[in-house]
Amino acid sequence: MSGCDRRGFLGTAAAALAGVALAPGIRLIDLAGARAPEEAASGRVRWGLLIDTARCATGCDDCVAACGRENGLQDTGRPRTDAQWIRKIDLKDLRSGREHSAPVMCQHCAEPPCVDVCPTGASFKRADGIVLVDKHTCIGCRYCVMACPFKARSFVHENVTEQKPDVPRGKGTVEGCTLCVHRVDRGATPACVEACTAAGHGAMVFGDLNDAQSAIAQRLRELPNRQLRGDLRLDTGVRYSGV
Amino acid sequence: MRRWTAIAGIAVLAVVSLAWAAGASRVAKPVVLIERPGKCVEATEVMRRDHMTLLLEQRDRTMRDGVRTKPHSLAGCVECHASSKTGSVLGPQGFCESCHAYAGVRLDCFECHAAKPQKAALGSGR
Repeated sequence: MSGCDRRGFLGTAAAALAGVALAPGIRLIDLAGARAPEEAASGRVRWGLLIDTARCATGCDDCVAACGRENGLQDTGRPRTDAQWIRKIDLKDLRSGREHSAPVMCQHCAEPPCVDVCPTGASFKRADGIVLVDKHTCIGCRYCVMACPFKARSFVHENVTEQKPDVPRGKGTVEGCTLCVHRVDRGATPACVEACTAAGHGAMVFGDLNDAQSAIAQRLRELPNRQLRGDLRLDTGVRYSGV
Repeated sequence: MRRWTAIAGIAVLAVVSLAWAAGASRVAKPVVLIERPGKCVEATEVMRRDHMTLLLEQRDRTMRDGVRTKPHSLAGCVECHASSKTGSVLGPQGFCESCHAYAGVRLDCFECHAAKPQKAALGSGR
């Protein structure tokens, strides 16, 4: 048996083992987020969010608060220059008077304009669709801030202290929603989704858009939904229902 | 006369040896406080010479590929080497800063990265 064959066999055996049912309805592969910890993120997965605005209450900012806590975003008392990774947007149809509200953050586009315009390659898209900033190469030019149609990127204007170990942040670089990539790599959901679910709102669903069996894919099939600025054909990872 | 020469010789020797001893202590050394002795992720010699390369490789794998299992992470260094007094790897006696100040190498990791481990950060921050 050649080395290649043996490797192929081991890979198949590992995949078969990962698929073994631990208990009815729970498989090891589900718990591990479909990826072993030492395996690189792959294009088989496309992380995304579904926001159901029918369940999102005007005035509720549980997701925004959770994001700030998780990522160590501090309130300096100067909201015009503070970094904003996620914000609540209230919409009102002036003719009918219908009001609704939704959180807007980085839409994790498949064709991200921020990546197109970045002169240093700092703005990049991970294989599993999460759009990030490599702050080691970011020069703070803010082209991405201008290019993003969703105003999802923020520039850090002031020195930052008391950062979280998983979320490095520093003056002179651009940042935005990371989809809580440090949590996603552990197999957890983003902090905003966790907070929304824990509070019983259930307005946010996180999951793999490529997996037809995932909760998000099933909800996307049930609910009429759309992408913000769908006319730009960015193929966003965040979908909205009821806007 | 001979006795005087011997005494003078001994005196000169004593002065020279004192000066040598004093000279040895005048050479500045970085403060390397290891509060949690044990096995580091690599041998000491490897860490002294190559920690920056190990950190860079780990950084790219973590950020670009999302692999967070390898042991060469900056958070791992901080977790183990933070001072029990200040809770940090910075400061004049800090594990990272004392050596970097001695070698005259700019240490800009901690402009963005946390210099305190998660637990200490939880206690002091928020």
